[in-house]
Amino acid sequence: MKIIENVSLHVSRRGFLNGALASGVFVLSARFIPEPLWAAEGETVAAAFDPSLWMSIASDGTVTVVAHRSEMGCGSRTALPLVVADELDADWSKVKIDQAVGDPKYGDQDTDGSHSVRSSFDLMRQVGATGRVMLISAAATQWNVSPKDCTTEPHFVVHRASSRKLGYGELAAAAAKLPIPKKEDVPLPLKKRSEWRYIGKDSNTLFDLPEMVTGKAIFGMDATRPGMVYASVEHPPVLGQKIKSYDDKAALKVPGVQKTLTIDTFKPPHQFQPLGGVAVIADNTWAAFKGRKGLKVEWESSPHAVYNSAPFRKTLEATSRQPGKVVRNVGDVDAAFAKGGKIIEAEYYTPHLAHVSMEPPVAVAEYRDGKVMAWAPTQNPQAVQETIAGVLGIKKEDVTCHVTLLGGGFGRKSKPDQVAEAAVLSKQLGKPVKVVWSREDDIHCDFFHSVAAMYMKAAIGPDGKPTAWLQRTVYPPIGSTFDVSATYALDEMGLGWNNLPFDIPNHRAENGPADFHVRIGWLRSVANIYHAFAIHSFADELAKAANKDSVQYLLDLIGPARIVPLEYKEEDADEKQRYPLDTARLRRVVEIAAEKSGWGKTSTGKGRGMGIAAHRSFLTYVATVVEVEVDSKGQVHIPNVWTALDAGTVVSPDNVRNQFEGAAVFGTSLALFGEITATNGVIDQSNFNNYQLARMNRAPRHVDVHIVESEAPPAGVGEPGVPPFAPALYNAVFAATGKRVRELPLSKTKLV
Amino acid sequence: MIRFKVNGKEETFDGDPDMPLLWYLRDVAQLTGTKFGCGMALCGACTVHQNGAAIRSCVTAMNSVGGTEITTIEGIAPIHPVQKAWMEIRVPQCGYCQTGQIMQAIAFLKDNKNPSDQDIDTAMSGNLCRCGTYQRIRAAIHQAAKETA
Repeated sequence: MKIIENVSLHVSRRGFLNGALASGVFVLSARFIPEPLWAAEGETVAAAFDPSLWMSIASDGTVTVVAHRSEMGCGSRTALPLVVADELDADWSKVKIDQAVGDPKYGDQDTDGSHSVRSSFDLMRQVGATGRVMLISAAATQWNVSPKDCTTEPHFVVHRASSRKLGYGELAAAAAKLPIPKKEDVPLPLKKRSEWRYIGKDSNTLFDLPEMVTGKAIFGMDATRPGMVYASVEHPPVLGQKIKSYDDKAALKVPGVQKTLTIDTFKPPHQFQPLGGVAVIADNTWAAFKGRKGLKVEWESSPHAVYNSAPFRKTLEATSRQPGKVVRNVGDVDAAFAKGGKIIEAEYYTPHLAHVSMEPPVAVAEYRDGKVMAWAPTQNPQAVQETIAGVLGIKKEDVTCHVTLLGGGFGRKSKPDQVAEAAVLSKQLGKPVKVVWSREDDIHCDFFHSVAAMYMKAAIGPDGKPTAWLQRTVYPPIGSTFDVSATYALDEMGLGWNNLPFDIPNHRAENGPADFHVRIGWLRSVANIYHAFAIHSFADELAKAANKDSVQYLLDLIGPARIVPLEYKEEDADEKQRYPLDTARLRRVVEIAAEKSGWGKTSTGKGRGMGIAAHRSFLTYVATVVEVEVDSKGQVHIPNVWTALDAGTVVSPDNVRNQFEGAAVFGTSLALFGEITATNGVIDQSNFNNYQLARMNRAPRHVDVHIVESEAPPAGVGEPGVPPFAPALYNAVFAATGKRVRELPLSKTKLV
Repeated sequence: MIRFKVNGKEETFDGDPDMPLLWYLRDVAQLTGTKFGCGMALCGACTVHQNGAAIRSCVTAMNSVGGTEITTIEGIAPIHPVQKAWMEIRVPQCGYCQTGQIMQAIAFLKDNKNPSDQDIDTAMSGNLCRCGTYQRIRAAIHQAAKETA
């Protein structure tokens, strides 16, 4: 068997540095990185000096920029180097991208929370601008002129007075000898917005695009190592089960199967540790899969075998009808309810969802001499280091994580349990191991998006506006993945629950407790999905109760332009300062989405309708109008979607449009089909036949994305398109059919 | 011994005849442009051509490959109008399913030079994209059809 060593995308740091120095290059380091940008991670401030950290220029002019965030389809791997290139005034066609390994010296590398551009934009600008200053300085010295009289054009320093210019490659060696300017000594000449060549323009495409369309792009599924064996793991069907006994006789008879090994079940809390189970080791993936069918495993009992979705729903709903923990309080809802008026109550329910990125979890790991090298499609290489170090009892510095392209992530791949499996098996076998999860493994053993129940209550005044609004949400929290006693949500509250942007004098948001029985994790836009579903379905219910137009009512709910006073945690000082909740921006996206859709100009009812929802998440303001047609069989078609968004400064507009087009499809999948259930602790769904996604013939036919021009700081784009979609769709279904459906997915309700 | 062609080259296989073509291509031939997504012909990520027709390699056993000609994404050369349109329309997000989408589209356009939206939906609905790039896939197929017409 021919083995190709997969290193082309993932040059090791040492190799990169040596190669760079050998060719007389200029490298930029962490030294000039302003501390506040690094302060979030304690150990990164004290990071060791590493000259190869961010960028280098070779004597042939090739600029290599390090991407410290993962590429899972959101464009971060291209967007951040593009910002460097712009401020460096580099020619993008001469820029290469080197993917960073996991290392705290890069600061936070967790590619989630739609914050790659938001949290690295300023830093990347400074990296590029510093390089440009040094190149100008090198040229000015050579010409014996003042740097002030020099400027740049792409990949050249220019002295206009004498019509001289020098290429970046020609200047690299001289620039490399210059001291790196400190930010406090020389204010960095950042470009004016009008001078940006790439930021905010559509001229650039994804760096990996040519490889993606020719099959050359290397995903985690494509990583190989010399001498590698393949593994498929039979996991406990119920969370926390341990192996009682197993019989591998039939498995070992399968051609290509080498042996079986066991992986210990985690000690709670499960965190990102392996689930445990029996691994079939084989010559290739197929033999490992086939061998697994021959395994007979008996499992010990687990307390999570009590998990049945139908009664669990009743428990959640009962909890949602009881007072919970108050997470935000404005005025006095109880006093307002006591005054009477028109009282409206509604309950909403949303099931578990699975991520099902097209590339199932997969990883290669090689254990040698007490150290581990891993190649993985991971959103968080530092979590790979920490998890493997914890499981094997080694130092995290002894784990090197190379990041491949990710075949989708959606939050699943911020949890590296499968990488740890590969490391555990490699240690036992003494050779590199590739662990491949089947689609069934992926769906049975996901870190599921949580099931949730919401209770809503409002009192409507004579003008139709609410005088009081109570909202209560209950679900097993993500915190249960890290602390088995966690029953209340923490960070999820900020995901669309403790920051309702409505102008209501009396408002209370609550959260009730719930136990977990499966692994709970982040899924694209996370708790915003169920929170937005309840809030914006309820807003539409109130509009109808008040006999008002849905768009006008939504604008009335949002109220006048203002900064909504919210409580911020200390670590969210940046958000408070630079990203206050501004209702003017929310109003604007509502108005634009309504205008683009021709809201109010076409008739609704008789199977045709439009619905709207507007939700701010990951600091981006989004309004979505969905148009539906419900046919005589009750099947829902989506001819059009109009989305308006204000994400502040946008690096790659076309990529942003692609993200929001995709969010409409992701929203369609969860609104029409998405449902994971459990019976006696075992997940009922297994593959795309019983966990369906929107296909081309059920996806929105046309998605129109409008980006609001903004000079505000950059906000998120990967996730914020998802939350408003399901409520806008359901509100459209109501307009079309008069049926108010209060649970996801829509496939559970007969519309005709 | 099973004899067949992959991307124009004669190949032989004497391993487990039940092995799906997908795993032969990926693990034995090291042609990793063909992707694994479901193993049940439900997602189309593994689409390749057998004698020019699009098939799901994850459910095509090696014992049904004998005497046929297999083309994978690596065998599409020079760059095909479909790939060109894919780049111009900037279809991919994560890119994982796109080689399967492209192989499906290339085979489809051989039979239908001037497809309607409806035709494209029918031909492409077996190929899932979790990133949700369907709108761009449809546009790219229309563009490629124009170019090849």
